Amino acid sequence: MNPSNAQLLQLAIATPLVAALIIALGLPKRFSTKLAAVAFVVPALIGLWLWKEFPAAAGSRYVFQSNVNTGLEIFGISLKLGLNGVSLPMFLLAAIVGLAAGLYALRSGAERLKLYLMLLLVMHGGLLGVFASVNVFFFYFFHELALIPTFIMVGIWGGRDRNYAAMKMTIYLTIGAMLSLIGLIAIYVKSGAGSFDLVSLREALAADPLRVSLQKNIFGLLMFGFGILVSLWPFHTWAPLGYGAAPSSAAMLHAGVLKKFGLYGLIQIALPLLPAGAAWWAWKLALLAGIGNVLVIGFITMAQRDLKQMIGYSSVMHMGYCFLGIACLSTVGAGGVVLLMVAHGLSVALLFLLATSIHHRTHTFDLSEMGGLAQKTPVLAAFFVAATMASIGLPGFANFWGELTVFVSLWHYSPKLTAVAVAGVVISAIYGLRAAARVFFGPPSEHWQKVSAAHPPADMGWGERIPAIILLAALLILGFYPRTVTDGIDHALSRPAGPVTANVSFHH
Amino acid sequence: MTTEYLKAVAETNDWWAIAPELLLGCCALALLAMEIVLPKHEHRFIPRVAIAAQAIILGFLLYGTYSGYEGGTSFGGLLQHTASGHYGRVFFLLSSLLVCFLGTICLPRTRMPRVEFYHIVMIVTAAMMLLVQSNHFVLFFVALETVTIGFYILVSYFRDNALTLEAGLKYLVLGALSSAIMLFGIVLLYGAVGKVMIGDVVHTGFEFPVVADFLKQNPDSFLGVVGALLVVGGIAFKIGAFPFHIWIPDVYQGAPTPVTAFLAVASKAAGFAMLLLLVDGPFAPLEGVLIPVLSLMAAATIIVGNLSALTQRNTKRLMGLSGVSHAGYLLIGVVASFRVEWAAGAVWFYLFTYLLASMAVFGVMAHLAGTDDTAQELDDYERLARDRPLLAGVLAVGLGSLAGIPPLAGFMGKLMLFIAAFQAHLTWLLAVAILGVVLSIYYYFGWIKSAFFETWRPTPAAETPGGRLASLAPSWISALILSVLALATVLLGFYPGPLSGWLVK
Repeated sequence: MNPSNAQLLQLAIATPLVAALIIALGLPKRFSTKLAAVAFVVPALIGLWLWKEFPAAAGSRYVFQSNVNTGLEIFGISLKLGLNGVSLPMFLLAAIVGLAAGLYALRSGAERLKLYLMLLLVMHGGLLGVFASVNVFFFYFFHELALIPTFIMVGIWGGRDRNYAAMKMTIYLTIGAMLSLIGLIAIYVKSGAGSFDLVSLREALAADPLRVSLQKNIFGLLMFGFGILVSLWPFHTWAPLGYGAAPSSAAMLHAGVLKKFGLYGLIQIALPLLPAGAAWWAWKLALLAGIGNVLVIGFITMAQRDLKQMIGYSSVMHMGYCFLGIACLSTVGAGGVVLLMVAHGLSVALLFLLATSIHHRTHTFDLSEMGGLAQKTPVLAAFFVAATMASIGLPGFANFWGELTVFVSLWHYSPKLTAVAVAGVVISAIYGLRAAARVFFGPPSEHWQKVSAAHPPADMGWGERIPAIILLAALLILGFYPRTVTDGIDHALSRPAGPVTANVSFHH
Repeated sequence: MTTEYLKAVAETNDWWAIAPELLLGCCALALLAMEIVLPKHEHRFIPRVAIAAQAIILGFLLYGTYSGYEGGTSFGGLLQHTASGHYGRVFFLLSSLLVCFLGTICLPRTRMPRVEFYHIVMIVTAAMMLLVQSNHFVLFFVALETVTIGFYILVSYFRDNALTLEAGLKYLVLGALSSAIMLFGIVLLYGAVGKVMIGDVVHTGFEFPVVADFLKQNPDSFLGVVGALLVVGGIAFKIGAFPFHIWIPDVYQGAPTPVTAFLAVASKAAGFAMLLLLVDGPFAPLEGVLIPVLSLMAAATIIVGNLSALTQRNTKRLMGLSGVSHAGYLLIGVVASFRVEWAAGAVWFYLFTYLLASMAVFGVMAHLAGTDDTAQELDDYERLARDRPLLAGVLAVGLGSLAGIPPLAGFMGKLMLFIAAFQAHLTWLLAVAILGVVLSIYYYFGWIKSAFFETWRPTPAAETPGGRLASLAPSWISALILSVLALATVLLGFYPGPLSGWLVK
């Protein structure tokens, strides 16, 4: 364990937060944009460096550890950071999507840009912190830190219905967060570990598991708490509405990264700590996710006419696969979910980015008013088709491996549900390809002719291309060479009990 | 009573131990003298003197030798100097300091006399500081009545406003009722305990240790239980717990904004300080009765407070009713303190975070209040974020902390209370608290919304440069104080160490 890497990890989280503070203290706009750019790039570089440095055999052991006392030691709360095989890909996802969203925001020309960048930086810092936290309390804390700016951004820069959307999102997500907080406190109190540290909790509960009835209750709290945050059917209604109204960078970061918090919590906390509770709830979760998220939402997605709402619904639907993978309770399933989370995070962020780019040119999100954009904007069309393919899960993109792994493990669990899930792929192909066709191909619509005559559209400039290229490149790299992250995931999930005990010695 | 006895009592008099209270009282009197002596155009310095004096006493209290007194009694057992008492003194002094600061913003807008306001605030504060250290029901009641009578005057301070007068009358009638209830309880306890000989000294049922002994030996004493419940009822009026919260919305709306802040923060905290004092001392043996009663009260308070706050449009009523729900959360901590030792510290931690956040919000309200102090509506906050970003930022931090959103200090306070409740096996209360927190998001966020999110209009509304908000520039000193409050709220959210290390052990 190299202490300088541990410090780099701290630096990656601190950079956006400190930058946000400096901007808040009244940095002039000219310097603010430069500082923000630096603060978006630094975590991504550190993320890539840590990825290179990460020992694949680390497994569920946390490396790059550091521990800072924040004065709540008597509750077992301290700012303990570290990465393991599961959190590293998520951390990297946060860093990359954050970079893309940040670069896009810098060129977005949003009104009150300084405040916008400041909130985005807070969100980014929170996201990086979520996945680097070993202490469960800070895992929750960073999530909330990232969540608050989302509400404000929806409320200030949102589109139609923004007040309603912001309020609805706030209330739903607060309920979810509160339920999961109670679940986490329950684990803390009942485990007897006297600590929120995930490693201590795992040790304590491995030695002395909780009563089965208690596990059921706590898992239920976590499942619905986290589930609301991940838009588990039927608690999903905030998601399409919120994403529809959110400004693009906020939607990218929330749908792409922040939403994965709940799934990540289920995999890292709920499954290993409450195995009996998980076993009892698995089938119910699978039914909710399989029928609700995949089928019902799949059909609803097909009926959408608003491009952004459609992407929002499709992300709700894809969360269904993640829940199904978790419900399998197998190493392969959970590993597939991690991969799928990363892949979906990249592809949905790309889709939201492109949707906003389309809106800039057509001044509408209504699919029926678009058509024939490809003639004027071929690069945009190419990116959008690629992103759609990725989202459907075509081979060559990271999503393919994630979905495939989930389906394989689901087959062992329930062939019937696998059939439902595969039907979902067909549904997502239908709405995805139809949207691409509506927007870019076919005869130009009346509205588009009018708009393009009034404002001759330019193709994607570099301000839009660079973030899109970053996201697409990450999707393709993972699609052609998934081993870069799957080795670590595999080690982390298949040997959870072994190395855990070997590792608590390092204190900063 | 023999002279020897009185001499023995007098030997325990430790004037140094109550030097802060004495100093505060003397300064308050000095303010009145200054008004007579100083020429009229120098009167504007008097509030500054009041604030400076309190700041010095606060520093004296924080860095003085007062921690050495912990545990001891003085004045023949009238006072007991506990850690909790020390927290209370710091708390009340800090809040009165901030109330005086709010006074300097609000009072110049009216034609009311100014010096008396600071005078009464300081006297009330000194009484509260004695109250938290009391160890004897007579001192307890006298200190409490000093506080209450001070508040009777303060609440109706703007006597040219009909709503303020109404508030004053309501507070007077209901306050007198609650004092009567409490006094009846004290008398019942006194009667139940009777006189006790310890050695050759006669002790009465006014003394906390004697009451504690009696209740420990007779936990089923009917008179004792009824007396304790009546005392708790009197305190419930102070903290605004259900069903004694009826007075809150009208009085909070009618009272001048600084007084509303004083009621919301210091008076409520005084109630909790009394409750902790009793629950940890004389009433500890009555666990079997008090836990169910206080639990029910907490649950009802949270639900009623939050539900009635949902529809409020007047910000002062909103603060009052949301304050009721905070009393409910704090009551959970009080209940937990029967079983979890550090829960009392968690209550104090919550109170301190509540002080910072509430004072930040009241500070913003004081700036936005127009000529009619009672008419402060949510609609007045439209465009605040654009025209007065500093005030809007402070407001958002304060409300966010009250709502318990991480990473603000209020979240840490709630977290500690929740952990305490969990360890005390109060799971159902916890569920109610969660429901309350979610409900509270609606109105706190609605307030933030009205300050930050402009209503979407197809065509931008006509700009009115130099409108209402343009005239509300905070002076540099108010800007500084409000920023410090907001910053402290943020920093304590990230790093609660300094405060939690002091309070929670």
